[in-house]
Amino acid sequence: MGDKGVAVGLSGVVKRFGDVTAVDNLDLDIRDGEFFSLLGPSGCGKTTTLRMIAGLELPTAGSIQIHGEEMGIRPPNKRPVNTVFQSYALFPHMNVARNVGFGLEMRKVDKAERETLVSWAIDLVEMGEMAHRKPAQLSGGQQQRVALARALVNRPEVLLLDEPLGALDLKLRQQMQHELKELQREVGITFVYVTHDQEEAVTMSDRIGVMHDGRLLQVDSPERIYEHPTTRFVADFIGQTNFLEATVASADEVVLANGDRLRLSTDHDGGAAVAVTVRPERLTVHGRGEAPGGTHGLDGVVDSVVYMGNAINYTISVDWMHLEVRCPATLAGDRKYEGDEVTVSFDPDHASVVIG
Amino acid sequence: MDVVVEPGLEHQAERARSRQGLLMGLPAMIYLFVFFVIPLGFVVMYSFATRTRTGRTELAGWNLEAYERLGETVVRAVAFRSLWIAAVTTILSLALAYPLAYFISTRRPATRNMLLVGVMIPFWSNFLIRTYAWRVLLDSDGIFTRIMSGAGLGDGRILFTNKAVIIGLVYGYLPFMVLPLYAAIERIDWSLVEGARDLYASGWSAFRRVVWPLSKPGVIAGSILVFVPSFGAYVTPAILGGNKKGLMGSYIVDQFMDARNGPLGSSLSVLVLVVMLMGTLVYFRQGGRSL
Repeated sequence: MGDKGVAVGLSGVVKRFGDVTAVDNLDLDIRDGEFFSLLGPSGCGKTTTLRMIAGLELPTAGSIQIHGEEMGIRPPNKRPVNTVFQSYALFPHMNVARNVGFGLEMRKVDKAERETLVSWAIDLVEMGEMAHRKPAQLSGGQQQRVALARALVNRPEVLLLDEPLGALDLKLRQQMQHELKELQREVGITFVYVTHDQEEAVTMSDRIGVMHDGRLLQVDSPERIYEHPTTRFVADFIGQTNFLEATVASADEVVLANGDRLRLSTDHDGGAAVAVTVRPERLTVHGRGEAPGGTHGLDGVVDSVVYMGNAINYTISVDWMHLEVRCPATLAGDRKYEGDEVTVSFDPDHASVVIG
Repeated sequence: MDVVVEPGLEHQAERARSRQGLLMGLPAMIYLFVFFVIPLGFVVMYSFATRTRTGRTELAGWNLEAYERLGETVVRAVAFRSLWIAAVTTILSLALAYPLAYFISTRRPATRNMLLVGVMIPFWSNFLIRTYAWRVLLDSDGIFTRIMSGAGLGDGRILFTNKAVIIGLVYGYLPFMVLPLYAAIERIDWSLVEGARDLYASGWSAFRRVVWPLSKPGVIAGSILVFVPSFGAYVTPAILGGNKKGLMGSYIVDQFMDARNGPLGSSLSVLVLVVMLMGTLVYFRQGGRSL
């Protein structure tokens, strides 16, 4: 705790609303300068966590530090963070420039400096032409930019973003994802980004923390989260996947439900019921018995074939379950058809053992 | 090919619909016309009429004499006293009602409704009776006087003074201030306050810079709803006020009943009406809603 590399340090943070535990004993270090996403379904406690960092909600127990400084019960106006709210929360009675300058005005920054900073921030989000408009005269995307400028102009140590793109349509959202990431690089401020959209989190973040039922399940880079989830929930929440039920045999071996043994390292106890997860695109389909060496093969029959343009999706039934396979649509020669007897194979390196 | 919708048909249908709307509003409009617009017309007409020596009002010899008399010292004193009392009543009501409205609108919905009903309960009994009750409370051996003198805060004898009138008016019109304030504050998006706090505003600054300006429509609506009837109030000053210094309402009644000066009573009424209209105009100028 308190070392220079940590922008936000949460330890043992608990938040209860009456009988409901919204956040359950959260430990998390968010590094200085990183784009960190808290990802999870609605009601998982991610927004509550963000609000506790902002000071809009006080933790029931635990410690929240920002750059090593204990926040305790400090009110939001005395914390070195700013928030971009889901609803933007722009002041409807003030124009864009007044909105953006509000934080500086409250901190008694003198007028000349305030004006310079405000026009810097408004230009940063490319809203220069709109400085004298009221929020009601702006589109959703424009309001979003103003909300960003209003927070960034204060040069907070940490910027908190609560599903800021949730209200935008798909195309604008994708554009803003890109712009946000660029902006974060440009200003070098730590971003803590709350979202329920796994694609958004994966494309923008340096690291992702996946939350479920008030608990932090896994904190890792997007690649690690996607390729090596540690729990069934994480594997399932991020993208599509297959679960092969299995039992732990030893520290580096699991037994699949059909009795096949797989060399996979795991830290779960022997005999524990687990699942081996393999992404559809990590599975390949071959003629029966033609699985390449070093991979694990499972015999099955093609159940259905869906042509997707850039890929072909197969559903293949092996004797105890169905597997989803996604193959790049290459030349027609490799293509399998319904009823074909095939072997599905995967490299154990691309599989992970999950529990839960 | 059949043309189903001819160019004129759409327009005709729209007109039929608007006629329907008119028809539904007609009973109320007739009622208001007969019992409000026509009498009001009489008042305006009387204000230009002539008073005969016997005190009758003759609808002839139209003149501006009644309006010229509005400039007289006596009349001006009455008007300014009424304005002053209405202003004090409005400010006191606002000062009392704002915290209450703020409190109510920040409760959870069930509590909120209960408190709102509480605010309206006084309306369930007669205004006249409630005003007479104040006479008992403020009487020289009433509870108010005893508490005041017991606490050493003067002799507390305020019945039949302007103070008593103001207390009565504030009491009577407070709900008219609370309700529009509540409506305005309740509508404010709470995340705006959080936004302000997040942007380094203290609780007080967040109130001053966000809540107060956004609740202004309620402040203006409430102020008009209290100021206008206070300015023309008759019952409360008649029961709680002294007879010596007249206020607008009683002065108008005096003109019709005792002085038998219909034209002056009417021109005074028109003056009250103009003040009220100006208040309403200010309200709509401010982009008024929620009235």
